[in-house]
Amino acid sequence: MAAVARRRLAGTLAHRAAILLYILVALFPLFWLLKVSVTPNALLYSEGVRLWPSQTSFEHFVFVLRNSDFPLFFRNSLIVSLSTAVVVTIIAAGAGYAMSRFSFRGKLWLVGLLLVTQMFPLVMLIAPIFRMLTPLGLTNSLTGLVIVYSAFNVPFAVFLMQSFFDAIPKDLDEAAMIDGASRFQAFRQIIVPLTLPGMAATLGFVFTAAWSELLFALMLISKADASTFPVGLLSFVSKFGVNFGQMMAAGVLALIPALLFFLLIQRFLVAGLTAGAVKG
Amino acid sequence: MTAIGHTGLEPGRLPARRRWATRLEPYLYAAPAVILIATIMLVPLVIGISYAFRDIRLLNPFSGGFVGLDQFVKLSADQDFRLALGNTVFWTGTSVVLQFTFGLILALLLNRPFAGRGIAQALVFLPWAVPSFLSGLDWAWLFNPVVGPIPHWLTALGVMDEPFNILADPDLAMWGPIVANVWWGIPFFAITLLAALQSIPRDIYEAAAIDGAGAFERFRSITLPFLAPTIAITILLRTVWIANFADLIVVMTNGGPADRTQIVASYIFTTAFRRLDFGYASAIAMVLLALLMIYSLLLVALRQTLLNRS
Repeated sequence: MAAVARRRLAGTLAHRAAILLYILVALFPLFWLLKVSVTPNALLYSEGVRLWPSQTSFEHFVFVLRNSDFPLFFRNSLIVSLSTAVVVTIIAAGAGYAMSRFSFRGKLWLVGLLLVTQMFPLVMLIAPIFRMLTPLGLTNSLTGLVIVYSAFNVPFAVFLMQSFFDAIPKDLDEAAMIDGASRFQAFRQIIVPLTLPGMAATLGFVFTAAWSELLFALMLISKADASTFPVGLLSFVSKFGVNFGQMMAAGVLALIPALLFFLLIQRFLVAGLTAGAVKG
Repeated sequence: MTAIGHTGLEPGRLPARRRWATRLEPYLYAAPAVILIATIMLVPLVIGISYAFRDIRLLNPFSGGFVGLDQFVKLSADQDFRLALGNTVFWTGTSVVLQFTFGLILALLLNRPFAGRGIAQALVFLPWAVPSFLSGLDWAWLFNPVVGPIPHWLTALGVMDEPFNILADPDLAMWGPIVANVWWGIPFFAITLLAALQSIPRDIYEAAAIDGAGAFERFRSITLPFLAPTIAITILLRTVWIANFADLIVVMTNGGPADRTQIVASYIFTTAFRRLDFGYASAIAMVLLALLMIYSLLLVALRQTLLNRS
């Protein structure tokens, strides 16, 4: 009996150690980002591999916030990502509801259309979209980015929203319609409030995706006043490639909104997302 | 059609206009999504395909003519493209295998209840929320001997003679983006596999344990068969996705040194973005699309034959 107990204890210890190792690996790069961002320039090279500097300072953050365009980039990214998230969630709620509640002839085509968009490399679209948007004045424009990002994110969001609607009994809208409500009223007043958590998750996903997008932003934006955070950070890196403290301070700032949204949606991750994603 | 909504009205007296409205209703809900996708994705896709047969260079006002298959002929002799093709296979294969292996281990670890599982799960999934450009920059800094610890650790371990930046070494540079990609992508596999693990009924394991099956035997005969469909579809989708994923490479190495980290997707981006040669970029993209489709079809066919045999 003692041998079994000892083996079980060893197993438990190995399990905890493995989990701890994963956590360390997951957090270390972010920790290092934070560490360098608070290291004063004088100590950056002399204390290169120390885990924490002997002295910390927020001079890099102050510099980045006061003397660079990062507050502007941050604002631009926030506008683009929030608008994209709201537009996509509204549009995807409509299409997801149609796929969940109706059987109609075009449904197969709709699913086909959504799947096709997931198959081809998006880099294929960089050149044609640039040529399409230029005469419309939508390059170097936040509106242009919102339109492009919305289109890219709608397909996945539709599958996600459909899975959330599927989880709500159909009897609910039908009961409301027997009581004299139109289908749209039933949708808006009964179904939408019930799917608010799902909509929040969709909002979070799309926001994070838009916040991270780099290649189309590089192609479509060439002026600093319309730059999003990734574009601004990359041009900053190539311009001031030697000031690591400032770059990492900017990196920490770019991380904040993404982490906030992650904390909001992380409890939906395993339960909600995969149910939708795998089925879709 | 859901007809229940109309039972309250007098049947048969439904005016034609009303009937039309009911039939149109699902299309109205779906219309904004369809219009957006069609104009911003399908139309450019078709235009992009047409570019592959045209000479479109943004800096050359006389370009724009139809050139037939010329760009594909040029592509077949393009050494950079051939190098990028090999790099793509290495980049995609290594990233997927490592992400899957570490993701599966993590999912198995998290599938066991323990105190603090919620917080542990949140922490290990955190890299997934980091924007890809930032994850690329962060790892580029970690590999940089000036500010990053990794070269110094590797030197201390005796792996390196002296601290140097692997991103500047043509033979090793590809490992930089791969490590960043694995770190960033483990959570995706772990999340997907964990959800599949949690849908396996508990009592099967209990019955097997009563029958005397050991831990490994239970994994082999219960867990793996249950996970197989999820594994197959996740790997298929992820492979295509990673083959197209150029962000980390553009950020960390920009394809260098000496094009040794240039994958096809980043080559397309460079051709369009830096050389502004839209026609050639579209021709490369067409070839990439064709290769990925062949890959997907092969995998689906393989799966079908395996299913038929068992």
